[in-house]
Amino acid sequence: MSTRHESAAPPAKGGAAPGRSPGTPTEAELRRRARLSRRWRRDMRFSPYAFVSPFFLLFLAFGLFPLLYTAWASLHTVELTAPTDMEWAGLRNYTRIFDDDFFWNAAKNTLTIGIISTVPQLLMAMGLAHVLNYKLRGSTFYRVVLLAPYATSIAAASLVFVLLFGRDYGMINWVLHFAGIDAVDWQNDKWPSQLAVSSIVIWRWTGYNALIYLAAMQAIPQDLYESAALDGAGRWQQFFHVTLPSLRPTILFTCVVSTIGASQLFGEPLLFDANKGASGGGEHQFQTLGLYLYEQGWVNQHLGRASAIAWTMFLILIVIGIVNYVISRRLRASSGENRS
Amino acid sequence: MTRTLTKPEDARRGDAVPRPRRVGRSKASRAGGQLHAGPLTYVVLVLFAVGSLFPLVWSAIAASRDNNRLAQTPPPFWFGANLFHNLKIAWSDANLGEAFFNTTVVAGISAVTIVFLSTIAGFAFAKLRFRGRGALMLIVIGTMMVPPQLSVIPLYMMVAKLDWSDQLQAVILPSLVSAFGVFFMRQYLIQALPDEIIEAARVDGASSWRVVWHVVFPAARPAMAVLGMLMFVQTWNDFLWPFLVLTQNGNPTVQVAVAGLGRGYTPDQSLIMAGALLGTLPLLLVFAIFGKQIVGGIMQGAVKG
Repeated sequence: MSTRHESAAPPAKGGAAPGRSPGTPTEAELRRRARLSRRWRRDMRFSPYAFVSPFFLLFLAFGLFPLLYTAWASLHTVELTAPTDMEWAGLRNYTRIFDDDFFWNAAKNTLTIGIISTVPQLLMAMGLAHVLNYKLRGSTFYRVVLLAPYATSIAAASLVFVLLFGRDYGMINWVLHFAGIDAVDWQNDKWPSQLAVSSIVIWRWTGYNALIYLAAMQAIPQDLYESAALDGAGRWQQFFHVTLPSLRPTILFTCVVSTIGASQLFGEPLLFDANKGASGGGEHQFQTLGLYLYEQGWVNQHLGRASAIAWTMFLILIVIGIVNYVISRRLRASSGENRS
Repeated sequence: MTRTLTKPEDARRGDAVPRPRRVGRSKASRAGGQLHAGPLTYVVLVLFAVGSLFPLVWSAIAASRDNNRLAQTPPPFWFGANLFHNLKIAWSDANLGEAFFNTTVVAGISAVTIVFLSTIAGFAFAKLRFRGRGALMLIVIGTMMVPPQLSVIPLYMMVAKLDWSDQLQAVILPSLVSAFGVFFMRQYLIQALPDEIIEAARVDGASSWRVVWHVVFPAARPAMAVLGMLMFVQTWNDFLWPFLVLTQNGNPTVQVAVAGLGRGYTPDQSLIMAGALLGTLPLLLVFAIFGKQIVGGIMQGAVKG
């Protein structure tokens, strides 16, 4: 925005452009040209920075600074009622949360819900992408329909699933009773509730990931398949020996994105709670770290402790990122390919 | 719209997979049979499609019943007579009129701003040479890996200090940071904008801003439209941060209002479903109209990822 005024002074025609017939320039003309070419050089030199600076300024203000300030706040006692009063606390916030069983419970839940939601989601997405990659009638229709859950917000989706997973009158238990399964208490039992929360995530994101895999599949050169076919590879062998290896970078990418998403899970468990609290069920059975952060910060009003949780989550993510980077380098080195 | 979108896609493919693509496809269907769909394929697809749509359709069915009917087995499978009644009550109970207005403002402003800022930054990263370009681009990509949820506490303190709670700018400003947008536009412009056109404009004496205005924006228009829609959807559905700084009776966005309906003391499930349905309908409409473009945009953003 601040750079807009630059457009007010475009160099006059021929100012710095090479290859115009000069004639015999007067002194004033030479000065004018020098000025224009200075302006030109300035433009070439500084406008790239002007173009990228708004993003970085916004990122500094609303991304980096808050992230670092979270670390600072995590070393203080801060209450929600007076968020600007900070009192030095050293590492007390950290020891408090590490001593809290509910923190470890939330960490475990985040991990298990993360696995239950991510693994089937990505596997199904891969299968779907494979199917979508066939020559299809109405392929656009299927793609849009499969993306419809992505258009549904967390809030709306969670509320619908609460009803579908109802113990007494829910659709899912009604279907299950035909298979002779007794009413499952999807909100109060540990594993069923984690499964139910995961299913919201799976429902919302499978189609999206399928499209990402599909895009990567379509970028695989066809001659790879042709030579595989010439070598006598069947459909499955082609899938395992051509498709999957080519998709490695994309698979890693979706794993990273899903992992980050799973580690931040908040809205789904919040709204799935029958007690409408932030404890993730009566016995914290599906409380995630995101929900635990919210409970500490906004229900118990300890913003400092919540900051310590946020920063711990960030460190966990960094570790995951490093592990992922190492794995991807290994894979790339072993397969010797270098897509993307 | 449809026309504009086929263009970048073709261009991209032409770029990623030089020429044999179209030939390759017909050959492959001859040689390996890779691309032929059997009936089983359609069965799988239809199952997934039903699974995708069922919760949405069922929320409409539940919204058209009343609370008593939802407390019976078997659950209802077809629409009842209460839909408009429930929609009307949910609309006023959840403050949805204001919520729609607010969310449109928030999502609109942030989508337009993100598209504008991402296009100029993406252009600089794609086509201009400057010191530190590679490092800065790495930072952009790195920021995509940092979930914004981890920054909410200081942002909340800022909002408290500025007395911005229940005010829309508290939601709009943090939403303007979009590393994905910069990345997306960069990838698009690398292949969609030939260097020669920029050089030609330079030779004519155009400043960088004129190049952006007269060359980059026209060339980037299809991708800008797609990015705008993606960002609109994302901001519309944003939950945690609006939930922290806005309240249902203050100045809610749709998500805050819908969540408030679910977490409030409304015992009437059919009303809650009506609210959830109302909150989703606008985006479903957008998807029904621009679905093809949105799908194309997601797939385009993915390949280079």
